[in-house]
Formats: sequence, structure tokens, C-alpha cells
Amino acid sequence: MAASDVSLRECHVHPVVLFSICDSFERRNEDAKRVIGTLLGTNVHGSVEVTNCFSVPHNESEDEVAVDMEFARNMYELHRRVNPNETIVGWYATGIDITEHSVLIHEYYNRECNNPIHMTVDTSLRDGKATIKGWQSQIMGVTSKTQGVLFTPVPVEIVFYEPEKVGVDMVVEGKSSGRRTIDVVNDLENVGKSAAKLQEMLAIVISYVDEVLAGKIPADNTIGRYLLDLASTVPQLEPREFEEMLNNNMKDLLMVVYLSNLVGTQLQLNEKINMLELTIK
Amino acid sequence: MAAASEVSPVARVQIDGLVILKIIKHCEEEGTGGTELVQGVLLGLVVENTLEITNCFPFPRHTDDEDFDEVHYQMEMMRNLRHVNIDHLHVGWYQSTMHGSFLNKALLDSQFNYQHSIEESVVLIYDPIKTSRGTLCLRAYRLTPLMMQMYKDGDFTPDCIRKANLSFQEMFEEIPIVVRNSHLINAMLCEIETKAPTQPSNFLSLATGAVLEKQLRLLMESVDEVNQDNNKYMNFMRNTIKQDMAKNQHKYKRQQENTARQSRGDPPLPEEDLTKIFKPIPTPTRLDGLLTSGQIKHHSNEVNQFAAQSFGKLFMAEALQPKTE
Repeated sequence: MAASDVSLRECHVHPVVLFSICDSFERRNEDAKRVIGTLLGTNVHGSVEVTNCFSVPHNESEDEVAVDMEFARNMYELHRRVNPNETIVGWYATGIDITEHSVLIHEYYNRECNNPIHMTVDTSLRDGKATIKGWQSQIMGVTSKTQGVLFTPVPVEIVFYEPEKVGVDMVVEGKSSGRRTIDVVNDLENVGKSAAKLQEMLAIVISYVDEVLAGKIPADNTIGRYLLDLASTVPQLEPREFEEMLNNNMKDLLMVVYLSNLVGTQLQLNEKINMLELTIK
Repeated sequence: MAAASEVSPVARVQIDGLVILKIIKHCEEEGTGGTELVQGVLLGLVVENTLEITNCFPFPRHTDDEDFDEVHYQMEMMRNLRHVNIDHLHVGWYQSTMHGSFLNKALLDSQFNYQHSIEESVVLIYDPIKTSRGTLCLRAYRLTPLMMQMYKDGDFTPDCIRKANLSFQEMFEEIPIVVRNSHLINAMLCEIETKAPTQPSNFLSLATGAVLEKQLRLLMESVDEVNQDNNKYMNFMRNTIKQDMAKNQHKYKRQQENTARQSRGDPPLPEEDLTKIFKPIPTPTRLDGLLTSGQIKHHSNEVNQFAAQSFGKLFMAEALQPKTE
């Protein structure tokens, strides 16, 4: 087993990967207890960013493990067609424990890439939550004798692209509603929702201030400074100036709305004219 | 066949959270944040009148080398996905758009092909730029049965459109989307939330200028296009009228000559084929006009929605300021 050049410092995971893993765990075969797959992404000097993954069929029994390597290679090629930047950075497995089979699989992946990261996702929710852990392998033991493998932990962080955050926010909302469905709503309702969220946050802050004033909670200077910053971000404007700005903005918007409605009406008219019979012919 | 009735076979589209994230990720990485068109395939199944989309995979860009076989790629992907028990039933495709201008001939062609082979297929339009402003913008569209019929006939002359009573609003129909997650994913979401608490986005920012400008510019361009199309049509009508008048004049002259000859006792001149003298002018197709009109309608809807949203934000900001006494 080749020694690693750069040890892995940290691992950044995108939520897509986690969703994919959960999904493939749910779709596993009847007898499989866990699912494994390849992790794709980039590895820059020990900082790994995992952006994609796909599951690999495998068979695991008491004494042997078989991984469909042909499949893995095939899928990797297909994924490379779409995104040539993604390389194999490691592999994942569901379930908490690292078994001897994991060592064998890790060795296979070591051949595919340099210092693969191994990620475990606890889908059995043993601790009451889905723990996500990252591991890298280190050789231990005395040289010239049989050497073993030790898996040391690597800190895992979840990172988002900007639009991903929006997507996750939206999906997260369905968490609390019964059958976990969310409708895609239009813009105005979103403003209403944001306003409600702001109101909630303000209510929390106000209740905190009340309690400090009543002496129930000791005052904290840092929070006090944050509150001061918050209060000062409301721009100090002359009421007249502000009204003018507001009215200007509103006039712009109204004009645009009128224009677009005008265009809409024109289109309807156009439609009607097209439908008229040509009496000349 | 169900398509013959007015009720569409798909009343709702149910998407897994996974699919949404995959589409977002693909557009983000491939399309460099929304400047290029990215496409992909949707997989899932149909349950009663709901179309469930459970997975998807992206298409590589067409600018790649020539020996790339799309069909082969698709087949390989689907075969591999079947191995891991992912639904491999093709139910539609997705496409990214820039600022909402997606109603063009290419979309129509692709969607027709899809809907022709798979009846319940939909096209998902994802707008990455709008999404990065704070709200997820994902819409599902299908061609109406009327439109399918017209496309099959391939004839978009004014007469056919009039007969079918096809207006630009009846070309595509939008299907409501519902997002669904399984229990395990919910547990995972809890974990994600605690590990990376979602920061407040700049959704409530009042800077509306740039967006309005962009949308208005697009609206103006589309209106120009419709204008040009209409001008072409009017030219055609004018030419037809002129031609008709010329034909009538010719006939009249012929008749006069014939009566003159008859009165002199000469044989009448043979009837000439009028179409040889006056070449028939081809009727222009109205398809582009229809598409552009649909596009304009979409744009103006977007502008209205955006304006409504901005009004809300402005009123909220007003509440924070002391009123003028």
C-alpha cells in the first residue's frame, strides 16, 4: 500500500452527496446491510472537497467482500464526460463501524487515487442523529514487521454553493410539515415568509433584552455590542428624504408594471386580430 | 388514448429533494453560474396522475468532441443506474435558462419529441440567477394536446391556427410542483442544519434596479421580434392583395379581349394558367410569432411578480422609519 504524500487535513462535503448516500441506502438490495460507493471531487493539498458521488454494487458476507470494480470504473468514465474536473477522492459507506472489509475496500481505492478519504454516514441513526465522519488511513506498526492500518479521523464540514443554500433552505422547510411536502411558492409569499422570520428573530431579541432589564439574566457585553450594531444599521434619514426615496422607487416599479401590462394587452389585441377572417381572400 | 381528452395525464409533479440539489449543482458547475445552457435527463415513475421524479443525471455539453455518442451515454447511464435500483424510467428532461428566456423553437422541438414517445414527460426549467437571489425558481411545463396536434401536422399557416383557435397562451401548460423528502433525508437535514446553520440570504435587499433593467431589456427585445414578425405578415398580406388585384385585372382584360375577338369572329384566346404568371407567395408560418408572444407574456408575468415582491419589501422598510408628521 503506497504511503500517502499529503495527509488529509479537512473534508468539505456538499449536501448533494449526503442526499445521494441516503437515497442509495434506501434503495439497497434486500440482503445488503450497508451501501458503499465512490466519492468524486477535488483534492487540493490535503483539503478535500467532495462534490459528487455514485453508489457501487457490492456483496458482503462474513468472510469475503466483492466489489463490482468494472461498474465503478464505467460510472466514473461517464461522470468524467460531464465534468472532467471531478476525480475520485475516496469512498463512502453507510453505518458506523469500520470493518476488516473496509480495509480491503480502502486498499482498492488506494490504487485508484492518492490517499483516499473514507466517509461513514450513520443511516441507522444510532445516536439519534445521522453522524457523518471522515477517515483516512495511516500505516502503523514497526517497519520490517507486519504492518497494520489505522483509520484516523478527518474533520468533515458541509459547504454550499450559493444556490445550493437556497435549495436546501427550501427543502428544510418541509421537515416539520407532516407528509414532508413543500409547494414551490411564488415571490410575494416568500416576502411574507421572510417577514415572519424577521419578526420571530426580533421577538427573541426583545425578550432577551426584557429579561436582562428585569435582572433575570446577567448582561453580556458582546451581545450588547451586537445589539448596538443592529440598532445602528437602520439608516438615519430625514423622514422627508426617506419618503422621497420611497416614492421614487415605487413610481419606478409602478411604471414598469404598467408597461408590462400594456405589452400584455397589446399581445391580446394582436391575437384577436390574427384570429379574424381574411375577407380579402 | 388519454391524450385525446382535455384532462392532461399529469396533474402534479413530485420531485425529490435530491433531484433539486443535483440540478442546482450541475448548473452551478457546468454553466458557470448560469451563463450557458445545461441540460439533463429526469428519471422516475408515474403514480396515478402524479409524476414522481426520483433521480436525474446531466448531459455533457454539445461542444465536446464529435465522436461522442449521446444515445450510448444515455444507455450506459441508465443501465448502470438500474444496477443500483434507481428508477430508470425516462420521464422528462431539465434545462437551465437565463433570466427566463426559454420559449424557443429548440425547446418546442425537444419537448415534442419527448412527449411523443413518453406521454407524461415534462420539461423542468430552472433559473439559476433568480435562485441565487433568494428563492428557488423551478417550473414544470408540458405541451398542451392542442399544440401537440398542431406540431404533428407541421403546419403553422395563419389559416390552420385560426381553425384550431390556438393562442399563445395555450401552447404550454404549467404543472404545479411539490417537493418531497423521505424520513431518512429529514433526519439528515436535521444534521445538516446543526452543522451548517443556514445564514440569512440577501433576499430582503432593496436593490431592484439591476434586475428591472435586465427584464425590461429582454421585454423590449421580444417586443421588437414580435414587431418584426408582424411586419413580415403585413407585407405578405399586402403582397397578396396586390397580387389578387393584378390577377383580377388580368382576367378582366382577358375577358374584354375575348369579347372583342368574338365580336370580330376570331377564336378566343386560351385560358392561361394564372399561377404561371403570378407566382403564389408562400404563406409565412406564425410559429415564431406565437413563441415570442408566449415569451413576452412570461416576461411580463415575471416583472409583475418581482414588482409585487419589491413593493412588499419597500413597505416593510417604510415601517422602520418614523413617519413624517
